[in-house]
Amino acid sequence: MLDTFIIPLLKIVVLLNAILISVTFMVLMERKVIAWAQSRLGPMRVGPYGVLQAIVDPIKLILKEDITPVKADKMLFSLAPILSLVPALVAFAVVPFGGDELFYVADINVGLLFFLSVTSIGVYGIILAGWASNSKYPLLASLRASAQLISYEIAVTMTLVSLILTAGTLSMVGIVEAQLTDGVWYGFVQPVAFVLVLIGGLAETNRVPFDLPEAETELTGGFHTEYSGMRFSLFFLAEYANIIVISAVTAILFFGGWLRPFPNVEALAFLDLIPGWIWLFSKIFLFLYLFMWIRATLPRYRYDQLMRIGWKLLIPIALANIVVTGIVKVLV
Amino acid sequence: MATQSAPIFDTDELVINMGPQHPSTHGVLRLVLKLDGERVVDCDTVMGYVHRGIEKLSENRDWTQIILLTDRMDYVAAATNNLGYCETVEKLLEVEVPRRARYIRTILAELQRIGSHCLWLGTHAMDIGAMTVLLYAFRERELVLDLFEEYCGARLTYNSMRIGGLPLDIPSGWDRKVREFCDVMEGKLPEYEELLTNNRIWLERTRGVGVISARDAIGLGLCGPPLRGSGVYRDVRKDEPYAAYDEFDFEIPLGTRGDTYDRYLIRLEEFRQSIRIIRQALDGLPEGPIMGKVPRLLKPKAGETYHAIESPKGELGYFIVSDGRATNPYRFRVRPPSFCNLQGLKPLIVGHLVADVVCLIGTIDIVLGEVDR
Repeated sequence: MLDTFIIPLLKIVVLLNAILISVTFMVLMERKVIAWAQSRLGPMRVGPYGVLQAIVDPIKLILKEDITPVKADKMLFSLAPILSLVPALVAFAVVPFGGDELFYVADINVGLLFFLSVTSIGVYGIILAGWASNSKYPLLASLRASAQLISYEIAVTMTLVSLILTAGTLSMVGIVEAQLTDGVWYGFVQPVAFVLVLIGGLAETNRVPFDLPEAETELTGGFHTEYSGMRFSLFFLAEYANIIVISAVTAILFFGGWLRPFPNVEALAFLDLIPGWIWLFSKIFLFLYLFMWIRATLPRYRYDQLMRIGWKLLIPIALANIVVTGIVKVLV
Repeated sequence: MATQSAPIFDTDELVINMGPQHPSTHGVLRLVLKLDGERVVDCDTVMGYVHRGIEKLSENRDWTQIILLTDRMDYVAAATNNLGYCETVEKLLEVEVPRRARYIRTILAELQRIGSHCLWLGTHAMDIGAMTVLLYAFRERELVLDLFEEYCGARLTYNSMRIGGLPLDIPSGWDRKVREFCDVMEGKLPEYEELLTNNRIWLERTRGVGVISARDAIGLGLCGPPLRGSGVYRDVRKDEPYAAYDEFDFEIPLGTRGDTYDRYLIRLEEFRQSIRIIRQALDGLPEGPIMGKVPRLLKPKAGETYHAIESPKGELGYFIVSDGRATNPYRFRVRPPSFCNLQGLKPLIVGHLVADVVCLIGTIDIVLGEVDR
């Protein structure tokens, strides 16, 4: 009873709260990072250096009027934000924040597969949001989104096949342990795969330079144009939760998760004094910062260019990477 | 079996209304787009949302009162509008403007060009998704506005010129500040270029987008950077010099392909040429009066005149008719560059994707206040 229900439930409660709170602070971080990149100060009014902005933002969004357009499909319109948020949160179930059983909700032997399948459900939320709004701009955006997410998911999944070949397991915990046994982060073994997953991750989370589904300057906000209040913020929660989960998974798969740098070098053993979850969190932060940095720097791709990159560049490279990995695996 | 040409599903064009309230139509421009998928097959440009009847109003105003109405046309480049109007009336009155006033006018006009191009660069890049450039460009535009504020007290609608000269001489130390600004601006241009010029995404978004041939550009009556982007050598500053432009040494950048990227490069080069002109003007700034000999009561002889200047957006012309009796123009008509360049929007847009529409609105650099007047 205790082991099967209560402890996992407690973990889930803690994890969900941690995610939701970190999302609000991540929005603040994004505003600050981009502000500094643009020689501004960012939010400064609420609390010292605007720290409390992270709390004020959600309160504002909750208090806003929740409007459902008259011509919208009421049921789907309410369902869409939920459908896009829940998979993003469920994906955290298989993300291990440390080697000990205390640090993950579940270590299933097909963890990576579970992660990929759950995150791909999120696209339904976006498609339905655009469709149910019964408005032209969201419709265009949701068409873009579905095409984009599906094609980039293929690229990312194929890339991860080569990583699975290297690690020999689909379990998230197993992949990190394999990196410990091999004594190297897989980012150095599979640099091509790492770059592909990073690009695919940007595209899947609708971040610049692939933020076409919500291209503000073209489609006036994209699929969530008609949303307001809490439902709108659910989309935002989903987007940021997705960014965190993608960063976490990239850190786990390619940067050794909770392992210290150079896990095979004995001379650096003193680094083990720092707990594993701190290592993982700092790696996640690095990726989050990278995502924001990219957003502050790059313009946006066009729809056809995006599809061309996905199908003509990423997928062939991913396939070639699988072949090369397979050959090396057989020979070595 | 179905024949190959018959579509399996019904296809229909999607009519989408872009504007007048849209984040990147640069004001209250409205485009009715017919889309086939994401491709634009037809485009209808609707304007007139900020029509204030400035031309008709001017026909009932004193000659000097009109100056501040011209501020409200291209509110991004108010000083250039003042300059165009004042020179036209001076031509009508046959008034000689002192050399010092002409020099200062040139400096103001070129500062204004830098300010206007800053706004264009920022919004154009923002439309394509590079939002940092917007903040960088506005940071420098702020410096231009500060200089104008110090000169005439206003930051947007300057009312900075008078018929026959200038209302004010430059404040002491102002020329030094302008020089400092030129140095700062020269240092900031590489920053913009680093973010955009060789950026692969920027190149992909602007290269080959909105190509217009020189013949078509002339046919559509385009002017300014969109015309020069197609390789047509036409700049009023060179062809029919006004103010003090004939005394300065500067170049007119020309494009070769006539695409959005060329127009971008041209405007960036115009920043540099403007800085060059300002420096020369400050070096050779003559002493003397700032106001010519203008009669107390302005009553030009009966007649009509057209005078054009090169505003940041293109050829800005004023056509004024005086009946010789009244203290107001009999007919007042503006040839606004934004309006003429807007003609080129439809041929540029058709055949491109929705994402390119905002990029092309940005590249022709329109100000709706000037389009509608």
